[in-house]
Amino acid sequence: MDIRELIIECFSTLTVNKMRTGLAILGIVIGIGSVIALISLGEASQKMIENQIQSLGSNLLTVQPGGQSNGAVRGAQGGGTTLTLEDAKAIQSSPTITSVKTISPELSRRAQVIVGRNNTNTQIYGVHPSYAEIRKLTLSSGVFITTRDVETMSKVAVIGPQVATDLFGDGVNPIGRMIRTGTQSLKVVGVTVAKGGSGFNNQDDMIYVPLSTAQKQLYGVSYLSSISVEAKSQDVMTQAQNEVGYLLLARHKFNDPTQADFSIMSQADIMNTASQVTGTFTTLLSGIAAISLLVGGIGIMNIMLVTVTERTREIGLRKALGAKQRIVILQFLFEAIILTITGGIIGMILGVLISFILSSTMNLPFTISWGAIFLAMGVSGVIGVVFGWYPAQKASQLQPIEALRYE
Amino acid sequence: MIQLKDVSKIYKTEMIETIALSHVSFEVKKGEFAAIMGPSGSGKSTLMHILGALDLATSGEYILDGESVSKLTQDELADIRNRKIGFIFQAFNLLPRTTAIKNVMLPMAYAGIPKEERLEKAKKYLEMVGLKDRMYHTSNQLSGGQQQRVAIARGLVMNPAILLADEPTGNIASAQAEEVMSLFQKLNEEGHTIIMITHEPDIAAHANRIIHVRDGIIINDEINKHKLKVKS
Repeated sequence: MDIRELIIECFSTLTVNKMRTGLAILGIVIGIGSVIALISLGEASQKMIENQIQSLGSNLLTVQPGGQSNGAVRGAQGGGTTLTLEDAKAIQSSPTITSVKTISPELSRRAQVIVGRNNTNTQIYGVHPSYAEIRKLTLSSGVFITTRDVETMSKVAVIGPQVATDLFGDGVNPIGRMIRTGTQSLKVVGVTVAKGGSGFNNQDDMIYVPLSTAQKQLYGVSYLSSISVEAKSQDVMTQAQNEVGYLLLARHKFNDPTQADFSIMSQADIMNTASQVTGTFTTLLSGIAAISLLVGGIGIMNIMLVTVTERTREIGLRKALGAKQRIVILQFLFEAIILTITGGIIGMILGVLISFILSSTMNLPFTISWGAIFLAMGVSGVIGVVFGWYPAQKASQLQPIEALRYE
Repeated sequence: MIQLKDVSKIYKTEMIETIALSHVSFEVKKGEFAAIMGPSGSGKSTLMHILGALDLATSGEYILDGESVSKLTQDELADIRNRKIGFIFQAFNLLPRTTAIKNVMLPMAYAGIPKEERLEKAKKYLEMVGLKDRMYHTSNQLSGGQQQRVAIARGLVMNPAILLADEPTGNIASAQAEEVMSLFQKLNEEGHTIIMITHEPDIAAHANRIIHVRDGIIINDEINKHKLKVKS
């Protein structure tokens, strides 16, 4: 009896009791399905974050106040008030800085914005014209904030498409209309192009106003919440980071960089932080899914033990007719492996389907994680061997006389 | 052909020793049709297990077709059973939900005979036991007598040294029992060696030789002078 025949026989045995076979593999189906779905979704959201951060520009450094120890107190990142427009101007004009192309001083706050009876809570960015260049913003209609707007503190605003829809409804041209925040009214002069995406840093859900307007008219402050610095190329990122760092240390009168009241992060740093968070979540969830795989494996072992007991007479007969121990082991081991691999394949299809549905409803890019699929198939095979071994061993150890007598 | 020399079988549990067979010796020659008779607890089942290489004797020697079956491993015993012994059980012991032909092919599969040869031989032997038109019926679609005939075909396909039948008519109706016994006599006439274990005198009467066992020893071993001949 060769292996191929043995496998065919296992299949026909398993199809006899379809209900039981189905229930036996359910644990594996759910386990493999959730592992694949979770890993695929994890990879998809990681990719989305990467795409979003990449779209912000990869030569970008962000200078934020606070974030490093100030005496004994550690300031919250972006929470300080020590960064000023003068710092930004110094970076722009300093002769010691050679690797910086453009800078963009920014002041951002969340605020309630009202148009008639509609209102939305969104991020308001006080910016210079350079912001559009650095962040690769393009407009679908109207114009961006101009230098003149900044100089004259004009009450104008450029809004994201999401804001436009929220405030004016679909299909309405908001150019020339007024929006209100706090006590101030702003005139919409431009709408940015939709970039898609959701959640963290959604560029479609923002309002841009002249920096001077934001500082003086809206909030009455003189500090910045961040300065974006674009390096001349990706190769000089570190140089740019050092140049800007030393300049600001000198300006803020710090000798020790660890004492600085600002931090400079590159996009790579931000990306790493974000990836770390999603990575941790993916690992955690996969761990839970792996536990369900273990439970599924125990289910297989249970059903195989029942099968061995139920088929004691058959095993006795097979041994009486000349089946060697190896053949009996293989027969039951193959049954277990066929169960787990079938479960694995169904689970894989289910997992891909779930991640497809979820990623399309959550606006994530759909990715199939081949690594996860190979891993899952391998794991389900291994589960078959591990949890099928004991029942198969037990079957092969049965004494033919006892087994034939068994009722 | 078959030689038992001073064979004893003792079952030991923690407290008690049970002597199932005590210094049994006998021979069965090629072409014989012997019945082993005895009441339950007489040791005839133990004898059958040893003759069938399903179990090993505690002491003594068993020689089957020139091979000593006294100290063998599980797998070696399986091989002996496969090549030398055709089993016929009281409860038929066919694989459930499996066709007659596949049941007959099973011992040949374990012997590693190629598939075409297996099919051919299985058909031949099923035809011989009169089940040509039932080859593709599954075991639960066959009557008791038919199932036992499938089992006989399965016992014969490896051309074993002996056919070992354990209460072969115990689970079938008397009319069909006659059919099975007539088949045994026909096979015996063709030269097959048959050892049959039974407690029914009517069935034992079909054999050429009757061995009586009681309390683990042979109390009588004689030629059956009143052999019951079934018309086939």
